[in-house]
Parts: sequence; C-alpha cells; structure tokens
Amino acid sequence: MGDVIGWFTDPLEFEFMRRALLAVALVGVVSAVVGAFIVVRGMAFIGDALAHASFAGVAAAFALGVSIYLGAIVAAVATAVGIAFISQRGRLRFDTAIGVLFVGAFALGIVIVSRQENYTVDLFSFVFGNVLGVSWNDLWLMAGLGGAVVALITLFYKELVFIAYDSTVAAASGVPTRALEYGLLVLVAISTVVALQAVGIVLVIAMLVTPAATATLLVRRFHHVIFAGVGVALTSSVAGLYVSYHAEVASGGAIVLVATSIFIAALLLAPRRGMVARWRADRARSDRLAALVENLEPRT
Amino acid sequence: MATETPARAPVESTVALAVRDLWAGYDDAPVLESVTFEIPAGSLVGLAGPNGSGKSTLLKTILGLLKPWRGSIELFGLPVDGARQRAGYAPQAELVDWDFPATVRDVVMMGRFGRIGLLRRPGRADRAAVERALEEVDLADLAARQIGELSGGQQRRMLIARALAQEADLLLLDEPMGGLDAVSQHQLLTLFEHLRNAGKTLLVATHDLSCVAACFDLALLLNRRLIASGPPAEVFTPDVLSSAFAGHLLLIPTEGGVYVEHHAHG
Repeated sequence: MGDVIGWFTDPLEFEFMRRALLAVALVGVVSAVVGAFIVVRGMAFIGDALAHASFAGVAAAFALGVSIYLGAIVAAVATAVGIAFISQRGRLRFDTAIGVLFVGAFALGIVIVSRQENYTVDLFSFVFGNVLGVSWNDLWLMAGLGGAVVALITLFYKELVFIAYDSTVAAASGVPTRALEYGLLVLVAISTVVALQAVGIVLVIAMLVTPAATATLLVRRFHHVIFAGVGVALTSSVAGLYVSYHAEVASGGAIVLVATSIFIAALLLAPRRGMVARWRADRARSDRLAALVENLEPRT
Repeated sequence: MATETPARAPVESTVALAVRDLWAGYDDAPVLESVTFEIPAGSLVGLAGPNGSGKSTLLKTILGLLKPWRGSIELFGLPVDGARQRAGYAPQAELVDWDFPATVRDVVMMGRFGRIGLLRRPGRADRAAVERALEEVDLADLAARQIGELSGGQQRRMLIARALAQEADLLLLDEPMGGLDAVSQHQLLTLFEHLRNAGKTLLVATHDLSCVAACFDLALLLNRRLIASGPPAEVFTPDVLSSAFAGHLLLIPTEGGVYVEHHAHG
C-alpha cells in the first residue's frame, strides 16, 4: 500500500517534478481546448506545421541570445498569418500553402543551427521536449500565454463554434468570419508554442489532436468535446509524466503514448461510436433480419 | 366618385426584395448578367434554372457573401447592408457538416448569434426564439438529437429553423428539396405555405421545375440572365423553357399546359 502511495508521492519531493507536473497539466488544458476546434475543422496538418515552423524562431533566438519563447512565437504566428494570407489572396489550396511555408521555415531553422559552433542540449530540448528542464520563469510564461488563449476562446466562443460548423452562414448573419479565422490561427500558433518545451516540436500535434479526437468519440456536443478532451489530456499528461519518471523514459513520448492508448481504447470501446458497439449493433440487426426472413418462409 | 378609398396603412414596403441590374461572379467571368426583378412581401417564389445558371451565386450576392460588380439590392426598401438580419439563409444540406458535435437546438441557436453580437451570451429571449422556431418546423421533439441522426427532411427543416430563429422575414433556401422522398418533399412544401401564410417571404432555389409549377406563387427562371418571371403558368411555356434549358428538357404538351421532364441532370 505504501508502495502505491509512494509511487505517486515520491516524485513530488523534487521541485523539478512539481514544476513539470504543473507544466504538462497546463499544456494539456490549453491544447485540448484549442484542439477541439482543430479536430472538428480538420486542421490537424496546420497544428503540426506551426510547431515545425516555430523551429526557425527557436534557432534564431538561440543564435541571437534572446528568449527562445519569443522567437518561437514570432515564427509560429508569422507562419500562421502567412498561410492564411496566401490561401485567401492567392489561388492556392490551404494545405498547399501550409506545406510550402512550414517546410521553408523549418529549413531556415536548420540553416541557422548549422552555423552555430556549439549548439547545446538546450536547443534540442525544444525538438524532442524536455519538461523536466522547465524553469519557474518558463512556467509563468506558459501560464500567461495559455491563459490568454483560453480567455480569448471563451470570449469569442459562440462565434468560433458557428464558424467551425458553417462559416458561410456565419458570414451571412454578420459574424466577422475572416477576422476570427485569422484569430483562431494565431491562437493555434500560440498554443503550439506553449506545448513546445513540454513535448517537443515533433509531438506537439499529438497534444492538439489526440485528446480532442478521443472526446469526439465519446460525447456529442461541442462544449462536451472540450471538457472531455481536457479530461483526457490531463489524465495522459500526468500519467505519462509518472510513467516517464519511474520507467526512466522520455516524458514527451510517454505522455503522447498514454494519450494514444486512451484514444485506441475509446475507438474500440466507446458506447455508441466504438468499433465493438458498432459491430454488436450490426450483429443485432442481422439477427433480427434473419428472424424476420425465417418467419416469412413457407412452412413445410 | 363618392366612395372614399381607405387610407393606406403606413407599410414600410410591400416589396421584400428588389434586385436591379445585378452583375456578379467569381474571378473575371460574370455568372449573373444584368438581373432585375422584384419579389412582393409574403410570397412563395421558386428560383429555377439549370445547374450552373447562377442560382447559388444570386443567393450569395443577396446575402452579401459576394460583392456585386454592379447593380443594387434592396431588402424591404432598405439597402441590403442595413437590413442584414432580415434575410435568413439555409444552405444546401449536402454542404453542411452533419458529423459536427451539436444537437438540433445548438444549431438553431446559431441563428441568434448575429443578433446577439460579439462578447455576449444568449439570454432568455434567444432561447424562446429558438423554441418557437423549432415548434414552427415541427422539430421540438427532436431538439436534443445529435444532428447526424436526422433524416433528410428533418435536416432541411432544421436549417430553416435556424433562419427562423434569426427572425428573418425573407428566407433564402438553396435546393431544399434535392434528394428528398415524396413524403418529405410534401411536408416541406406544406411548411413553405405555412410560413408564407404567416407573412414570411420565401425565395427557394431549385432545379425541380414541376414542383415550382405546381406549388409556388411566382417563378423566376434564371440562366445567368433572368429568362422570365411571373406566375408559373406564364413562365413555364415551351419557348421560355427551351431557351433556359436548351434541350435538356423533354416538353410534352398536355391539356392543362406543358408536362416537363428532366432529360439530363446537367
């Protein structure tokens, strides 16, 4: 018994673990709220792109010796606005605009890094995530940015949902759709940056998509998707961090693997939309049909 | 003459929609060329024409989603920009995301958002308007249903309820009859008549000519230009139809008029 309690309490004796727990919880909440919009609008690719694009900012900030978060935010937001601008003004498909811009930004990051004489672990903690290295300053910054993202989504919630569902009708009824679509992209960019140090560039997209996608399998109204997504994200963040501590594996990877496991469980077992439930419904239907047919057949 | 004409009530305008010399399109090719017509308030109007004739473009331009290249649009005697909330829109059901996590009531409430404005939450009046709209289209029982569980006819009625919740006086409906069985089509036509009798004006885009001929007060026949407008019996003559549909229709003269059969769904 003491072992079980100890499994939970022992890591808390270290301040870096307490900070890390706060950080992953924060990332989980912010990512799940933004992720609900990403999932219903089919914007998964853009979340991934913005995280990769922020690498250019991280590298530039590192080279210039300024705040890495500042660099990441500038690069991610600039890419988000650039993608929106090109796809609205130019005649490119949205995913083409994304594909061109984010790889360009990522390449810029690689070029900048290749000129550095002594790039340190610090830089690569952004690529693969290093939540144990989060400082109190980082944490305050993440809380400020994440809080702003959630506050803005709360303020414009009903319009953002309307646009996500049906942007044409939203525009016709006077909702400022273009401004809000730009705004949502900027919020996605900021939340990728919030998640950057906790899980790393490569895995940010999982935090944005997996909890919200799991939620859409379980519940059927938009605000429920947000709440259920936050629940899944918090569970997987905290559980993943404990697993990484005890099994001595990378924290970002452990968190994402827990989230993926929950998603697969939901995919199989969700009450109505799960594969097992569907399989049973199909079987029940064919059984009923067979019974009907049997009754129709002439008795000999 | 001794009999006095009764003083006319000060109505704002008996014309629900006035379109004058409207040109509109995408990129650099016009889709609508010099379209001019008026729709009296309280009428049920069919907007007919082959696919690609500009029906959806016309609706989008009236709604302000497309900027007209030239010409003017007035709603109830007012320039369209000042009367935005008075026109409600139900898009083609095929273009709507039916997997979206929302109930019927959630979607109908969206019709209120333009009126509520930014940064404010729906109040009691908004919830009451939503319930009224649901009653009107006979979906009150299904208000808590997930939208993905609706039948085709119920989907169309939900989209109309959203426009009603907006308290729009002019309803612009894009192909509401498409892909429905006969019973659902009939229910929808009954709803149109009910709404017309309640004072709404309906402009219904469709390529189902027989439906317009049988049930609508007025018909607009569009093929990038306005080919004809007026009561269906006057609009649907063989000459007019063949000029609009150019050989895509089979016209069979009968005692009561002309029987129209679609050749191709082009």
